[in-house]
Amino acid sequence: MSRTKIHVATTVNGDAVEFLCEPPQTLLDVLRDELHLTGSKEGCASGDCGACSVTLDGRLVCACLVLAVETTGHSVETIEGMADGDNLHPLQQKFLEHAALQCGVCTPGFLVAAKALLDVEADPSETQVRYWLAGNLCRCTGYDKIVRAVLDAAAEMRAN
Amino acid sequence: MSDSAKNDSGSNGHKYVGTRQVRPDGVDKVTGRASFGADLHVPNMLIGKVLRSPHAHARILSIDTSKAEALAGVKAVVTRDDINDLPSEMVPAGEMMVNYRDITRNVMAREKVLYEGHAVAAVAAVSESVGLEALSLIDVAYEVLPHVIDVMDSMKPDAPLLHDGMITQGVEPAPEKPSNVAKRVEFAIGDVDAGFADADVIVEREFKTKPVHQAYIEPHACLASVAKDGKAELWCTTQGHFVVRGHCARLLGMDISKLRVTASEIGGGFGGKTVVYLEPVALALSRKSGQPVKMTMTREEVFRATGPTSGAHMRIKIGAKKDGRITAADGLFHYQAGAFPGSPVQLGCMCAFAPYDLENARTVGYDVVVNRPKVAAYRAPGAPIAEYGAECVIDELAKKLGMDPIELRLKNAAKEGTQTVYGPKLGVVGLVETLEAAKAHDHYKAPLGKHQGRGVASGYWFNIGGESCATLNMSEDGGVHLVVGTPDIGGSRASLCLMAAEELGIDLDKVHPHIADTASLGYTFLTGGSRATFASGMAVVEAARDVIDKMRERVAKMWDIPVDAVIWEDGHARPASSNAGAFEPMSLAEITAMANKTGGPLVGNAAINAQGAGPSFGTHIVDVEVDTETGHVEILRYTAIQDAGRAVSPGYVEGQLQGGAVQGIGWALNEEYVYGEDGKLQNAGFLDYRIPVCSDVPMIDTVIVEVPNPTHRFGVRGVGETPIVPPMAAITNAIEQAIGIRFNELPMSPPKVLAAIDASRGPLADAAE
Amino acid sequence: MQYESPTSIEGVVALLADNAGDIRVLAGGTDLLVQLRAGMVSPDLVVDIKNVRETRSIVPEDGGYRVGAAVSGAELGEHADLKNAWPGVVEAAELIGSTQIQGRASMGGNLCNASPAADTVPALIAAGAVCRVAGPGGERDVPVEEICTGPGKTSLAKGEFVVSIFLPERGERSGDAYLRFIPRTEMDIAVVGAGVNLSLDAAGVCTAASVALGAVAPTAILVPEASAALVGTKVEDANMDAMAAAASAACRPVDDKRGTIEYRTKVAGVMARRACAIALDRARSS
Repeated sequence: MSRTKIHVATTVNGDAVEFLCEPPQTLLDVLRDELHLTGSKEGCASGDCGACSVTLDGRLVCACLVLAVETTGHSVETIEGMADGDNLHPLQQKFLEHAALQCGVCTPGFLVAAKALLDVEADPSETQVRYWLAGNLCRCTGYDKIVRAVLDAAAEMRAN
Repeated sequence: MSDSAKNDSGSNGHKYVGTRQVRPDGVDKVTGRASFGADLHVPNMLIGKVLRSPHAHARILSIDTSKAEALAGVKAVVTRDDINDLPSEMVPAGEMMVNYRDITRNVMAREKVLYEGHAVAAVAAVSESVGLEALSLIDVAYEVLPHVIDVMDSMKPDAPLLHDGMITQGVEPAPEKPSNVAKRVEFAIGDVDAGFADADVIVEREFKTKPVHQAYIEPHACLASVAKDGKAELWCTTQGHFVVRGHCARLLGMDISKLRVTASEIGGGFGGKTVVYLEPVALALSRKSGQPVKMTMTREEVFRATGPTSGAHMRIKIGAKKDGRITAADGLFHYQAGAFPGSPVQLGCMCAFAPYDLENARTVGYDVVVNRPKVAAYRAPGAPIAEYGAECVIDELAKKLGMDPIELRLKNAAKEGTQTVYGPKLGVVGLVETLEAAKAHDHYKAPLGKHQGRGVASGYWFNIGGESCATLNMSEDGGVHLVVGTPDIGGSRASLCLMAAEELGIDLDKVHPHIADTASLGYTFLTGGSRATFASGMAVVEAARDVIDKMRERVAKMWDIPVDAVIWEDGHARPASSNAGAFEPMSLAEITAMANKTGGPLVGNAAINAQGAGPSFGTHIVDVEVDTETGHVEILRYTAIQDAGRAVSPGYVEGQLQGGAVQGIGWALNEEYVYGEDGKLQNAGFLDYRIPVCSDVPMIDTVIVEVPNPTHRFGVRGVGETPIVPPMAAITNAIEQAIGIRFNELPMSPPKVLAAIDASRGPLADAAE
Repeated sequence: MQYESPTSIEGVVALLADNAGDIRVLAGGTDLLVQLRAGMVSPDLVVDIKNVRETRSIVPEDGGYRVGAAVSGAELGEHADLKNAWPGVVEAAELIGSTQIQGRASMGGNLCNASPAADTVPALIAAGAVCRVAGPGGERDVPVEEICTGPGKTSLAKGEFVVSIFLPERGERSGDAYLRFIPRTEMDIAVVGAGVNLSLDAAGVCTAASVALGAVAPTAILVPEASAALVGTKVEDANMDAMAAAASAACRPVDDKRGTIEYRTKVAGVMARRACAIALDRARSS
């Protein structure tokens, strides 16, 4: 079986990045195994859990459902790009304050997804938050504190 | 929201215990920096993949790995020949016992494959794609055998036999022929027959539940590296790395002390990561290839090959007098163990009627093997199943007696001195307080509309203590390295820091927690049984007292006064009274700065076997609405009330209540394993194994009741497991009130609900108006 | 597996027509990558059509809209005019999976994956959508209901692919809606899906109606008997009941892990009725 690799040049968290990958490798595989950006997690590899959420050209997607080769010429943002140097994003801060994480493995996915929501809707209702985040599974928290943290972050971001 | 401990100052005059603080590992987790099981990369590492049985039950005739071994890029192949065959020996693993003879066979099949997904061989290769190709080149010859999936079918005399030598234990005289019934257990107090004869009202029901998986979001993952001299390192996601070390060393014939296991951050466990699957295999592959080997499970493998909890078939009978006093309770439980013995049926028998102060009670349980993955612990293992049935019968009894369901429970509530069916008398417990809180809560009085109903249920879990070590290493600048051995699955390291800061009297941000690897701390039992905050906490307090005593000694020497004349207060050493002398108090930082001049490094130690774990009772209230045209059940409102003893970190205690409640909602409404006639799992993924999503549930309100556990310095009780116990019965009871139909099977998925509604057309229009 | 990403319709056709072996078209990838990972498919070649301009645009045409086959559900939802004209079609696309899935999943992919439970297909059929298919013989128009021939099978010949989907002009006093039943509130594959499109005259009498069902037969089905129960009526309760009964009667579902025959048949009627009520509301207020 030929395993010829393809060279891909793309942008990750604002940085120009190049890597080699086999065509069947997903963006998630490459982020974790080639670029060692392990903040995006594999929970299912079938788009059902959202733990691998990233944005592609600003659009919220599951990295496990994007082939790495498809990112040529596009722009990927991951959890690693969310904080601004030393400064946590308000969502990250609110997750900590509200105890909106227990084991923390779903947290990067939730943060990326929640940020994508607040980027398009500054004042979401609880229902809107719940439906937007329905593609992010959490088994530890029962979602309560996650939703509160997102609503609180939205309020803070509106105030600033 | 929670009506419990305050935000800004701790409960009961404590400065830290009872407050809401940012957890020490929090920033790493919200930035993606924290390392979970699959996040480690080391140079020269190989990728390991497992070949799994396509059959539910088959004899292995031969395994030919030669073509796989010859494939370029394959560095090692292992089978049963590379894992030790072990004789029967029971060892603890969390709250359940496991048998080494079974563990070795579960990790790698030997004579037979006993479930679809059972591991048969494994390869280590230079890449995932080479590894997968290598698996396809392994030839396994099977003699397919008939299989059995259902627990009652497996007990029939003509059922396919899984284990040739299995003679039922706990039966006198012992059966002559082997069967699939591994064990019978019985607990009894008083005389149930007399009790039933005395009853005015009796309710007897049969219940069925399906296996449900813990469904942690992080699949199993590990990285093993065995050196040429036999020393080995293992990184894995686990609830108990000391337990993993013991199991792996046995399975591979290694000295325990040559294996160092490091626990990664763990992405959910709930009991399912108290066992080994990939770890011995990765070690075997690394030993054979001479390179580090990383292994991760796919989600499909997690469902096909790792332990869910049991499905069960049970019969519950409870009798009471007209005034509501229960006179007898009797339960018969059949739990599936999966392919090897060891369902939590005994624990279920112990807990079924625990919320009630009974004179006459009996529980009988059967542990039955079937061709499914071996079950593993799932949050209060055994109890959710048994108490679901009991709490439904209690509700039906209340209706028959015309009593409010909380009143019926209050009338019979377990309390201090209650004789349990399994032996001990209860110590100080808080069930009554949770029932009173439920009765007084707004939720209990809120109005309900058409096709809406409210249900209540209580729950019990005993919690455990166990071996725990803690070390406090004092650094020269007054910082404290808090070293413990219980992996943090729910926020325990934050609570441990709070307890250390409280005991030492120093700022919280001076305390830095570490979960040590197995070489760097004394043996610590796994995180399970809701024990980490309780038992590690006890060890932390003891280690803090140890180092305080040592610091007092140093100061006493410096001041040249007896050590008894030095007290520790507010993070400072002070003279006990003016008689001792006019010495300026010395802060911890000042003392540690001088440590090397006053005698050497300052370290506090504790190695304990924590006793006196306090049980935790809970009571839940839930409102549902049923769409009578589709059978869809919506959770409208949920309140979880539980006795935490003392909530060291109220935010995290609330989180345990909410998380457990939502797992229970999934168990009640949608989660189940779907098998085909061929014994193969049809829903091995998150698409069709339906755990609740964010839009499926409302906010989960919580009430933390505090009836302190007298054996713990801060009154702590474990809280993590009880929350999953009440939901299934509470929801069943709520649906009954909503549409007048009482279900006795889980899950209550839409097709089942609609079929029952259609079958009962008529009374529906009048229900719950 | 090879990957190609041509930039023209002709480029796609050439790759599909000239290569042997198993070739798959890649749009959003939310079906293909799942099948790839599960080992259900092992294509020799994957042809990514997203760099072909015509598959990614939404263009007004003849009073209606030509929607590129690879436009994502999220993009459909952000197109105010399209959403206004065909809310049922757009809401069907937006029900697929999660927010993340909708960031990629496309109507073309949903259609050509040909799952009996595909969400967009009943809505597209009810809307009278037409596919523009490109192939070695040039381009042709195919009504959307002629694309799926069975589970996982389409009528497309070798070398052909769906470039765009045309949604006709939305007439006056007409509206469409799509509803599906799932056990949870999100994320599940439809147990039953119902798409209803109807038009009223100035007196409020139904002049045209299309009712299509998904997940109750090997392909999505148009149910003429259900439409007939509405046309010529004022779409009152009795008419909707008759429509629902006709919908249930047309079902030929299977028992599987997502629903039983009995359940799907029952709920098809319920969903059709509810979708009809919404479509009616939209028609009356348009």
